[in-house]
Amino acid sequence: MKTFSKGGVHPAENKLSAASAIREAQLPKQAVFSLYQHIGAPAKPVVQKGDTVKVGTLLAEANGFVSAPVYSSVSGKVNKVDNILDASGLRRQAVIVDVEGDEWEPSIDRTPTLVRMEDRPDLDAKTIVEKITQAGIVGLGGATFPAHVKLMPPPGSKAEFVIINAVECEPYLTADHRLMLEHADEILVGVELIMKAVDVQKGYIGIENNKPDAIAMMTERAKHYQHIEIVPLHVKYPQGGEKQLIEAISGRKVAAPPAIPISVGAVVQNVGTAYAIYQAVMKNKPLVDRVITVTGKHLSNPSNLLARLGTPFRQLIDECGGLPEDTGKIIGGGPMMGKALLSLDVPMTKGSSGLLLMPQSESKRIEPEPCIRCAKCVSACPMGLEPYLLSKLGVQSDWDRAEHEDVLSCIECGSCQFTCPSHRPLLDGIRIAKVAVGGIVRSRQTK
Amino acid sequence: MELIFIAIAILGSIGLVSAVVLFVASKKFAVFEDERIGRVAEVLPQANCGGCGYPGCSAFAEACVKASNNGSLGGNRCPVGGQDVMDQVSNILGLATVKSVPQVAVVRCNGTCENRPRLLEFDGIRSCRVQHMTGMGETGCTYGCLGCGDCENACQFDAIHVNPVTGIAEVDEDKCTACGACSKACPRKIIEIRPKGPKGRRMLVLCNNKDKGAVANKYCKASCIGCGKCVKVCEFDAILLNNNLAYIQADKCRLCRKCEEVCPKQAIHSINFPPRKPKTALEAVEA
Repeated sequence: MKTFSKGGVHPAENKLSAASAIREAQLPKQAVFSLYQHIGAPAKPVVQKGDTVKVGTLLAEANGFVSAPVYSSVSGKVNKVDNILDASGLRRQAVIVDVEGDEWEPSIDRTPTLVRMEDRPDLDAKTIVEKITQAGIVGLGGATFPAHVKLMPPPGSKAEFVIINAVECEPYLTADHRLMLEHADEILVGVELIMKAVDVQKGYIGIENNKPDAIAMMTERAKHYQHIEIVPLHVKYPQGGEKQLIEAISGRKVAAPPAIPISVGAVVQNVGTAYAIYQAVMKNKPLVDRVITVTGKHLSNPSNLLARLGTPFRQLIDECGGLPEDTGKIIGGGPMMGKALLSLDVPMTKGSSGLLLMPQSESKRIEPEPCIRCAKCVSACPMGLEPYLLSKLGVQSDWDRAEHEDVLSCIECGSCQFTCPSHRPLLDGIRIAKVAVGGIVRSRQTK
Repeated sequence: MELIFIAIAILGSIGLVSAVVLFVASKKFAVFEDERIGRVAEVLPQANCGGCGYPGCSAFAEACVKASNNGSLGGNRCPVGGQDVMDQVSNILGLATVKSVPQVAVVRCNGTCENRPRLLEFDGIRSCRVQHMTGMGETGCTYGCLGCGDCENACQFDAIHVNPVTGIAEVDEDKCTACGACSKACPRKIIEIRPKGPKGRRMLVLCNNKDKGAVANKYCKASCIGCGKCVKVCEFDAILLNNNLAYIQADKCRLCRKCEEVCPKQAIHSINFPPRKPKTALEAVEA
């Protein structure tokens, strides 16, 4: 069985909600659509206060190539366009809609019938990419990079194969796992669409072998698709990292930035993105909902919810049994790379893959002790960096040296911090350096 | 005996050849250095703080000498040395002395623990830059002082400290040289280098919150809500109101203190003024 070569750690899996089927979350009373749901330029609002919207109505259009439109996931009236606190902790522009009923745009096909590639011979690569661009689809694994950008390789580079990231290496999260069990056929058609969009003949779906039922299900269904191969992988965090997954499956290594996966011929999309692409192209449905895992050791009913974007997190927690008394920290995303939320009124966005409630006993960081130079972080780093050194350089503001030590290659997976016996907050220091060096490099490029 | 002569001859000839090489090299590769650079550098404070915009005191001296060839100091100024040092520099370079405005760093935030309650707890490394990356930090204000002391670490003159009671950085005016290191270190850009003002008196809006009034008010009792009362009362057009935030322009302000009186949130502060005279009995009755 395959895996990536350098580093990696084995955090406790804690997949509490793996057996709970996806259920639909209730409609919120008020939905909040952040215009900063993707990496790139924020979307530009096209609605005003008082406008009536339906599910699937365009609220904000893409503002540039690396950007994505935002669609309403509810029907009702636009209350206002205002700044709200979002998951990043900043007050940024959002469209707020008061929900009335549940009326969908008539163009959206809501029937559950499977539309196969054979049923739509008219589709060519250009139409597929156009549909994906219009549907506002972004990487649903959490990085929220607009999906269409990856499907339009820069001139001079050619895609050779498509990799679907169904690794879900973050502990606790089970959204992708359930999606594969319940929507395997749709995902496979989605993969075919991606392969057609970038004109390649080979697609791989990488799944870690802690999900044997998903591997069995996908292998069974993939029999009818001769160009798609299911690749079971050894369990090791951070296998879901784009570069780690490419290496695990194809053996090719992506060089340090500014190299991107396409430079080794790979196009990587998340399994949730593949499902959303199927819905966008075959069912004409823009990205208005997604599966999110709401979980936690003290939560009475950890679940996988199919929730509309813009639903406040507070409501999702209420649907899974309410906020436990001794909650110490609430994390948007998984425990390794997720970000602690500053408020529960933050709305769900395209990148919300999970919501994790940590009990007080586990939420506090342990008091750091001096570095003992054991180099455990060096062996754990999947990018082959020296985290203890980068962290120190960040704290000391030595940007030249940090750049020389390849700080920009850091994927912020947190393996170094996880493995540190002195509980040092290594990633904090590395992030300082990454932000500063990234700024310096960008300003150098614009000069 | 013979050996000694041989040794002397060999060493002597090596010495001679080296002397010739060194002589030729010193003429051919001579670098001209203006002797005034050294003299200017001597009078500088040698803090190498970078407050002047140059990498260090010697680079500043070089820039001054270069500028003096055009007849003036060209805006070069040592904030640490102040007027005295700049007068000396002008003398060395044979230029007329230029009167400069003494400046000081001001922290534009009054979100003390009392005014701006802590809503959350951050347990990462104690650094403003790291906390700033989380968005709003520990309080509800995304613009105010984070109180982790990045400015304190950047200051070479021991002039800025985070007050443990209020949680806000405070500047020691006597020690501050207005080098600007704290201003650069602050991730939220709330430290401003401003003219000290006559007798050190100045008016300040101690807030940097650009949120709408309702939001700013919700999270901090001392925030500017952008109501514009100060703009209306100012007779000298000294106050600008942009992005829900008032800003007093130091060059236009005539220190009448009317804005301080009308501010409903007490966000405008008068610094180094003598205490106000108590109102007369008649005025008190009228009020």
